[in-house]
Amino acid sequence: MGSKTPLYEDHLSRGARVVDFGGWDMPVHYGSQIDEHHAVRQDAGMFDVSHMTVVDVRGESASAWLRTLLANDVARIKTPGKALYSCMLNDTGGVIDDLIVYGMSDDWFRLVVNAATREKDLAWMTSRAVAGVTVEEQPDLAMVAVQGPRARERAAGALPEAHREAALALKPFEAGMFGDLFVGRTGYTGEDGWEIIIPGAEVVGFWGRLADSGIRPCGLGSRDTLRLEAGMNLYGADMDEGVTPLESGLAWTVAWEPEDRNFTGRGPLEAQRSEGVPRKLVGLVLEDRGVLRSHQKVIVEGHGEGETTSGSFSPTLGKSIAFARVPAGIGAECLVEIRGKRLAARVVRPPFVRNGKARV
Amino acid sequence: MSTIPADLKYTTSHEWVRHLDDGTVLVGITDHAQDALGDLVFVEAPESGTTVSVGDACAVVESVKAASDVYSPIEGEVVEGNAELADRPELVNQDPYGEGWIMKIRPAEGFDPEGLLESDAYAATLED
Repeated sequence: MGSKTPLYEDHLSRGARVVDFGGWDMPVHYGSQIDEHHAVRQDAGMFDVSHMTVVDVRGESASAWLRTLLANDVARIKTPGKALYSCMLNDTGGVIDDLIVYGMSDDWFRLVVNAATREKDLAWMTSRAVAGVTVEEQPDLAMVAVQGPRARERAAGALPEAHREAALALKPFEAGMFGDLFVGRTGYTGEDGWEIIIPGAEVVGFWGRLADSGIRPCGLGSRDTLRLEAGMNLYGADMDEGVTPLESGLAWTVAWEPEDRNFTGRGPLEAQRSEGVPRKLVGLVLEDRGVLRSHQKVIVEGHGEGETTSGSFSPTLGKSIAFARVPAGIGAECLVEIRGKRLAARVVRPPFVRNGKARV
Repeated sequence: MSTIPADLKYTTSHEWVRHLDDGTVLVGITDHAQDALGDLVFVEAPESGTTVSVGDACAVVESVKAASDVYSPIEGEVVEGNAELADRPELVNQDPYGEGWIMKIRPAEGFDPEGLLESDAYAATLED
């Protein structure tokens, strides 16, 4: 028996197939993972992501402290409510977790971190906290992601009328508080939409109103194929404490400037950058029939071997796709070993799909 | 509740077996199995001429989520893999006991299928 979100009984009543997901009993699908995937690409779907961990960092030193804790720089947040994606690194530059930080005001930052890393993240943050900063988990909050080209339009009707217009005016990667609802125009699918943080006691009614407005409940199965198509990394699969952001396709999330910002892990990252990064994370599209999965061997002629880190069938492309960590010298093609056979794959730069359109 | 036709034989690993008039048998996966796997996206049926023993992993069905082996319920020689599944793996979800068959096997001379389960015995294995 795992932990349950406030929506657990509601999921069962809607026919959810429930699986263990990092200690949580979560819906993997409600009938067809592929149909749910297409609903998000073509119209609107919603995910219960209440298992994720919301952490509020408050205090007069909050910004200065986060500038040392995170590899991306919260000083890049120029207007209240803007979101920033970042890695949190250990002292050797390995990735403790990836997270979203919303800069709500000078002294309030809201972080959303992964469920499976909750304890170590909180322990790490708490052990590094300084005077003038409080780090507080918000376990009573639930979280729902509504995603898809029609998601905002459909979901707006479930918001209190007084707040609809302002919520619809949020720009991409921007968030705001609307009464006790936190609405951010962010997501993990490559589609437009919102991530909504709401008191747990209110989420069942809210979810029901979203469903009534035509938003399809989607399980974490389609969330995974959507994020893979969108070229978004999954912590624990595509990166972990043994690799740096530079080896994980996440160099763009490291803020090197200003040079005197001394964030945790900076030294090892600088060293790796100047010596040359031996491995990189690329996208693969399988040309032969079959399905790419994690931990399959990748053969790069003349450069050695690598390994897939995530893989699946892409419902949008009708082919199998993957992320793979490979020697940096890889060219346009490689081979992947599946059950003893070597199959041809094309090397691409993710995303595979963005806003409903194939990109590879 | 999944469908378990009474005229077929079954294995505890969720394959079904249908005896055909020409002495060959069709093999597929049960309704319970396809439902548990979810949407299938790839089926690797065995090549004809492949010799199989009871319990050999001889085909692979892959859903969006994972790959699963299909085990031969009998000893014999594969005479045909269902070629239609290469382009339409979803047939296994839609019609597991019909168009979604996976392979046709000619049983070895003197093979005794007594280890296979009747439908009620298979149903009982699903109850816990």
